[in-house]
Amino acid sequence: MSRLPSLSQWPVLRQLRGQDPLGRGAAVKSQATSALRARTADADRVVKSVCPYCAVGCAQNVYVKDGQVVQIEGDPDAPHSRGRLCPKGSATLQLTTGESRERFVLYRPPHGSDWQRMDLQTAMDMVADKFVKTRAEGWEWESEGKRTRRCMSIAALGGATLDNEENYLIKKFLTASGVVQIENQARVCHSSTVVGLGTSFGRGASSTLPGDLQNSDLIVLEGSNMAEAHPVAFQWVMEAKARGATVIHVDPHYSRTSALADMFVPLRAGSDIAFLGGVINHVLSNEADFREYVLAYTNAPTIVGEEFQDVGADGLFSGFDERKRGYDPSSWQYEDAFVAAAAGQRDQEGNIEALAGEDQGRDAEAARGQPKLDPTLQHPRCVWQILKRHYAPYTPEMVERVCGVPQELFAKVCRLFVENSGRERTTAFVHGVGWTQHTVGSQYIRAASVLQLLLGNMGRPGGGVMAMRGHASIQGSSDIPTLFDTLPGYIPMPHAHRHEDLDKFVAGTSARRGFWGNMRDYMVSLLNAWWGAAASAENDYCFDYLPRLTGSHSTYDTVMQQIAGTVKGYFLFGENPAVGSANTRMQRLGMSKLDWLVVRDFSLIESATWWKDGPEIESGEMRSEDIATEVFFFPAAAHIEKDGTFTNTQRMLQWHHKAQEPKDEQRSDLWFIYHLGKRIRERLAGSPDERDRPVLDLTWDYPTQGEQQDPDANAVLAEVNGCNAEGEMLSTYTELKDDGSTSCGCWIYCGCYAEGVNQTARRTPAREQNWTGGEWAWAWPANRRILYNRASADPQGRPWSERKALVWWDEQEKKWTGHDTPDFEADKPPEYRPAPDASGPAAIAGSTPFIMQADGRGWLYAPAGVADGPLPTHYEPQDSPVANSLYPECQRNPAREVYEHENNRYHPDPDEPGADAFPFVVTTYRLTEHFTAGGMSRWTPYLAELQPEFFCEVSPELADERGLQHAGWATLVSARGAVEARVMVTDRMTPLQIAGRTIHQIGLPFHWGANGYARGDSMNELSSMALDPSSHIQEVKALSVDIRPGRRPRGAARLALVSEYRRRAGITAQTGMKP
Amino acid sequence: MSATAGPRASGGEQEANPLNILLESGDPAGSSGYEQHPPRMGFFTDTSLCIGCKACEVACKEWNAVPEDGLNWTGNSHDNSGGLGADTWRHVAFVEQRVAVGEHEPNFQHLPAAGGDGADGFRWLMASDVCKHCTHAACLDVCPTGAIFRTEFGTVVVQQDICNGCGYCVPACPYGVLDKREDDGRIFKCTLCYDRLGAGQEPACAKACPTDSIQFGELDELRARAAGRVEQLQQAGVVQARLYGESPDDGVGGDGAFFLLLDEPEAYGLPPDPIVTTRDLPRMWRNVGLAAGALLAGAVASFAGARR
Amino acid sequence: MSEAEVTRDGLQGVRPGREARTWSQRDAAAGSRDGRAGARRRRRGREDEFASYYGKPIINLPVWEERDIAGYLFAGGLAGASSILAAGGELSARPRLARRCKLCASAALGVSLAALVHDLGRPERFLNMLRVFKPTSPMSVGSWLLGAYGPLNAAATASDVLGVAPRAGSAASVGAGALGAGVASYTGALIANTAVPAWHAGHRELPFLFVGSAASAAGGFALLAAPAQESAPARRMAIVGSAAELVAERLMERRLGMVAQALHEGSAGKRLKAAKALTAGGALGAAALAPRSRLAAALSGAALLAGSALTRFGLFEAGMASARDPKYTVEPQRERLRERTQATAAT
Repeated sequence: MSRLPSLSQWPVLRQLRGQDPLGRGAAVKSQATSALRARTADADRVVKSVCPYCAVGCAQNVYVKDGQVVQIEGDPDAPHSRGRLCPKGSATLQLTTGESRERFVLYRPPHGSDWQRMDLQTAMDMVADKFVKTRAEGWEWESEGKRTRRCMSIAALGGATLDNEENYLIKKFLTASGVVQIENQARVCHSSTVVGLGTSFGRGASSTLPGDLQNSDLIVLEGSNMAEAHPVAFQWVMEAKARGATVIHVDPHYSRTSALADMFVPLRAGSDIAFLGGVINHVLSNEADFREYVLAYTNAPTIVGEEFQDVGADGLFSGFDERKRGYDPSSWQYEDAFVAAAAGQRDQEGNIEALAGEDQGRDAEAARGQPKLDPTLQHPRCVWQILKRHYAPYTPEMVERVCGVPQELFAKVCRLFVENSGRERTTAFVHGVGWTQHTVGSQYIRAASVLQLLLGNMGRPGGGVMAMRGHASIQGSSDIPTLFDTLPGYIPMPHAHRHEDLDKFVAGTSARRGFWGNMRDYMVSLLNAWWGAAASAENDYCFDYLPRLTGSHSTYDTVMQQIAGTVKGYFLFGENPAVGSANTRMQRLGMSKLDWLVVRDFSLIESATWWKDGPEIESGEMRSEDIATEVFFFPAAAHIEKDGTFTNTQRMLQWHHKAQEPKDEQRSDLWFIYHLGKRIRERLAGSPDERDRPVLDLTWDYPTQGEQQDPDANAVLAEVNGCNAEGEMLSTYTELKDDGSTSCGCWIYCGCYAEGVNQTARRTPAREQNWTGGEWAWAWPANRRILYNRASADPQGRPWSERKALVWWDEQEKKWTGHDTPDFEADKPPEYRPAPDASGPAAIAGSTPFIMQADGRGWLYAPAGVADGPLPTHYEPQDSPVANSLYPECQRNPAREVYEHENNRYHPDPDEPGADAFPFVVTTYRLTEHFTAGGMSRWTPYLAELQPEFFCEVSPELADERGLQHAGWATLVSARGAVEARVMVTDRMTPLQIAGRTIHQIGLPFHWGANGYARGDSMNELSSMALDPSSHIQEVKALSVDIRPGRRPRGAARLALVSEYRRRAGITAQTGMKP
Repeated sequence: MSATAGPRASGGEQEANPLNILLESGDPAGSSGYEQHPPRMGFFTDTSLCIGCKACEVACKEWNAVPEDGLNWTGNSHDNSGGLGADTWRHVAFVEQRVAVGEHEPNFQHLPAAGGDGADGFRWLMASDVCKHCTHAACLDVCPTGAIFRTEFGTVVVQQDICNGCGYCVPACPYGVLDKREDDGRIFKCTLCYDRLGAGQEPACAKACPTDSIQFGELDELRARAAGRVEQLQQAGVVQARLYGESPDDGVGGDGAFFLLLDEPEAYGLPPDPIVTTRDLPRMWRNVGLAAGALLAGAVASFAGARR
Repeated sequence: MSEAEVTRDGLQGVRPGREARTWSQRDAAAGSRDGRAGARRRRRGREDEFASYYGKPIINLPVWEERDIAGYLFAGGLAGASSILAAGGELSARPRLARRCKLCASAALGVSLAALVHDLGRPERFLNMLRVFKPTSPMSVGSWLLGAYGPLNAAATASDVLGVAPRAGSAASVGAGALGAGVASYTGALIANTAVPAWHAGHRELPFLFVGSAASAAGGFALLAAPAQESAPARRMAIVGSAAELVAERLMERRLGMVAQALHEGSAGKRLKAAKALTAGGALGAAALAPRSRLAAALSGAALLAGSALTRFGLFEAGMASARDPKYTVEPQRERLRERTQATAAT
């Protein structure tokens, strides 16, 4: 009080008068304090929303006052998040309303040295003009004599942070324009999960939900740093612990997750298949499997054809083609039967030419009849016996030798697995990108799938494989894929074949039995949704409008095409490859060859400014004035500024409502792609060129709202859901028809708008429903929360155990019932047996739960779908200081994808001279406080201050060996680059004993880049482009480096250091390339 | 080690002290002039559930608009906030402990459950610290302006429209909670979200906490719950589990925000036996009086004896 | 054994996450082993002899400026004791001693108020000090005290210098003298009533130490400034005060136990050592030489003033040092706990 108070208010008098003589409470309370009100209490309205960070999809309440968002916090009603938020979720108010977001369009002219302001409309017109021009220049009707009908000069990356509606319009418009190089974060995060789970069980998504982990007796967290990357989902692991469950964390790095686990098992990065193979071997050789489950629900009894040859010391399965560096999988098929995979490689050169080309596919499948079974499991070529032989070498000794896991510890793990599986108990696997980002990523997931099938944990409460995905809608961007190789609902994108029509495509790419047998319904309905007016039976529903693939067009292939000069235009939708993709240097070099680049994001991320302040500018390799790329930066709208759905890690679509209008020139991606599409269609209007028909015939008129004319996301979601000829919303995908009478933008999402009601906006509080949360939002398929849940009951339809009941057959009602929506035809009795010639769902017996699979069974052995073999096999990472003990003649995955380029050199084999230049293993991970490439978190002060600098975690032993000072600096070097990091000497990193020698591991979080508030070098300067052949995912979870004390050299000296290392290691174009 | 680390006998000293009127009773709100008042509210932070995510730190800053206070990588495990202060009202401590048993060959056996068979030589403790909202709050006692006051919920809050930044409360706090915001001049600390409590909402940190490590509620209920929890842990073999600040008999009359710890308090940067400084104030006043008297007496003597 | 059941009726035995168990429960040995002596966190470059959190202080350091607050401790004491001398001079008809002491008190008080206001984070809110009266806060009590003492002192000085209202003036100076004793002694409680180990542990002695220091400072000033024929009482007061200061400090150091280290090490140690020497020397000078030599008197006075100032600055710094190092907070508390456990064990 610089001014005197009115005497009556003088606290001294109140002291004397009142109950508070010592003046410590009521007497001294000020008027301002009495007037205090919580802003959550004064808000005009509370808007329901969803956290924009990871894929847990925590529900948020957004408090709005006078049209402005004043507070964001968790929604306590949500069954999956229960009102809780992690630090990132808690900082979304600062993220969305803070100062770090750009509000205006920025333009960088060719050779320009800085940004210029440009108004939104002009920028949109310029981008439209460039799109039309570049598309025409890069158009391709044919490739190697096969019709491709595509545009190879334009590419797009991003979508995992976008709404499903936005991804849908991006995929729809770009595909119609002939663009095939459409990719997003899902490629580099979990594409291998889709292949691994999809080929094993039928669907490439998490089989369960975090909330069901509370029912587990054992939770194995492997390849997942769950407590740090998904803290709010981790609450369910804590619930399980509260109920007495055991939690094991298997990881190269002791993280906050390990600290809360009952047991931590450190292993060498890149050796998980050897570890899991060891457990599989333990289960098989001790016959510790859940035999009734295995016999009835897996393909263990199925007999494999004679042509199949398992791996020997050469590490090769039958069918390997040295020249193509890949397999012809036809020799892996079942005996006298043909089955197509439900996911993975479904439309490949070779087998499809044979099938579709000569129109044999389904007829062949039909002719050859059902796969042969041997219920005794004695037949030498039955899957069981093959499995046994394959994993026999994976002994505890071998596990210790390869993984560095001592035998007694490994024995303990095996014991826990067996004790906590079977009829009465269930074990759940939780994995994240620690498993997916390897040159054998798909096989990591397959290995876990095999184990879960053997132990009878699939489809049961507290069981399953929980894939923890990393972005708000990364599951959605896989379902409605901004990915090159699929169409919505995991329908494969057609490859270029001779004389292919719709029927041959369907025949060649889908199983005849099971729900993929209806693929024609899904496909025709999709084509109808896109080209309704033009589509008819006569023109194959415009099947010919779809551009065709020739091999892989993954984001890494796109980078090579950029460098080669083929790709001229590039869109980045909320993705930051200059930090987040492997070998960021290649990413920037690629972008520097573009004619134009469009970046849509909140802030000026590294991928938007590399031309003025990238590492290549600093080193002098590039000069801004030499770079001709035109760059457009469009500020993006945030999740609170638009309507739409995110699909979270449990396949749940949650609608988030708009709480406030985006400011100035900030716009949603829905607005951007819709209005860009309109501009392009205007420019092409009346074009006689056949090339432009798909764009002009496209259904592209959505109602718009507000002065910004934002398209109505409801209308888009309704199109995705699909309707019949009368325009009535469909309620499930079984209503889809292949006669053109139905349309549906994504068959697995059919039902999300049932009865014309937005089911994804449902918010029934947790306390008013059971733990599956079936009435909160909507999950695909058909609102089933736990997939394959028919497997929770025995073949007769009774729960395997009364303490593990999920769904069961109700004899009175003659239907399946239970806690969850049955993942089975509701009225198909357990005793149902299909006719020999049955096809589609009718061909699935009442006792086989995996309804997407051609044989209704879980695949221990994958006769098709996985590019590098029917069984998971241990190969060393691309860059590893350790020789392959299991297959001495085959160091690496022979079918992996590698790229020969001077800036993407690989490290020598361990036995080659110079190998010792890179003696240490690096493993990478996320920190709770940051988000992936940092585009959101590094610009948010409240998060930046919690983890302000890039650091490396090393053991005291390694610190001694290399003279690294705690809290000092270290420089890490690979054949690709050199980065500097602060040194964290910690006991959390442990040297491992591998094959008699000590292997040191180094932990690197990968969030940093040169821009933003918290800055540092990017881990991905070190990593290389080496991919898993089935999913095209890069290997960034295990690589080799050298580490030395001190900061890295600046400028050109940084390159000199790297080339010095290359020289010392004797690295050439051939190094690490051989299959 | 007894289940409650809460120092006991310091209460005895209080009874011994005749001038205890300066100390509040166990019902701080009641003795602070609130006749009708809600039950005393507080925090129970169970560090055995903490995953060190720092959601509490961020949720607190978002709600209370506490400024970001600089990028400072400390190298102290994952703790880059340092400690409680004017700009950090919730602070997550990270304690990496290697147990000095056996040799330290570089092998897996350093790690906690890894060895399983007793070879667990390492653990990582995480704990979210906060203002203790003491029953006998020194900061509140010494505040000369009445800026720091006791709310009807029994919590301790700094009134920013009153504080003149004299800084007396800073060294008075035995836990090192309060501090001066340099560019502002005033003192800041956790308010236990006084405004939210008024609206019947739980504090931002407790609401965000993903694993329920931070529990908010009526103090009596929390104390009962904590007693059960610590017993459960003890029985399960976590013999180091103990409650900190829950005992009404300790040197501050019990904390409104108390903790379940897995090691000695000082390992987390907490004082093992905090005592509210004003407990000794009566004796200080007495001595101040005696000293003043002595000074006057000395003066009188000096003059009396002086000849001219 | 896990209780994770889902029957046909739904979830069974659900317990809230807060009851989850920690890793070490798997292994009862874990906790106990960890309790062993020496079971301490070790990291290269940092070895702690007792468990601390990265060697960080447990309490937050006082935010007080040394110049302001240590300066006030000295000036306030000087002012208070000077007022007493002034009153004594007034009553014992020593007008020059009285006037010089009044001027000294006024100057010292002016400096004190300036320092106090300057040290506030929000100086414009200094009046909030009179918003409440809190017996639990020495600073509050002190504010009211200064609120009363200041005007009296000013009045006394004004009337003396301007020669107006002599009767009221002398009444005021007697009042100022009486309050001056409080001003000189309350600062002991001011710093003792904190969690700063070196200050709080000395809470019994500090008031005596401070009045002693104040007396020797004021006496010293009088020796320096007042004519010899009037300074005899000041001389005695200086000697007695110095003695009291030294004795009190000795007692305090003994009581502090290990915390006394903070008084002996670093700059605090240097200052206090010098302070002792100056005070003792000054007192001896005052006793032995001052009566004979004006110069010796002046030098003794200066030494006493310096000694008193150094005592205040030394103790201020000692407190800071004891707050900085967690061992001063932890070890005495540990000791207290040990004694208590033994006591309870004994009974």
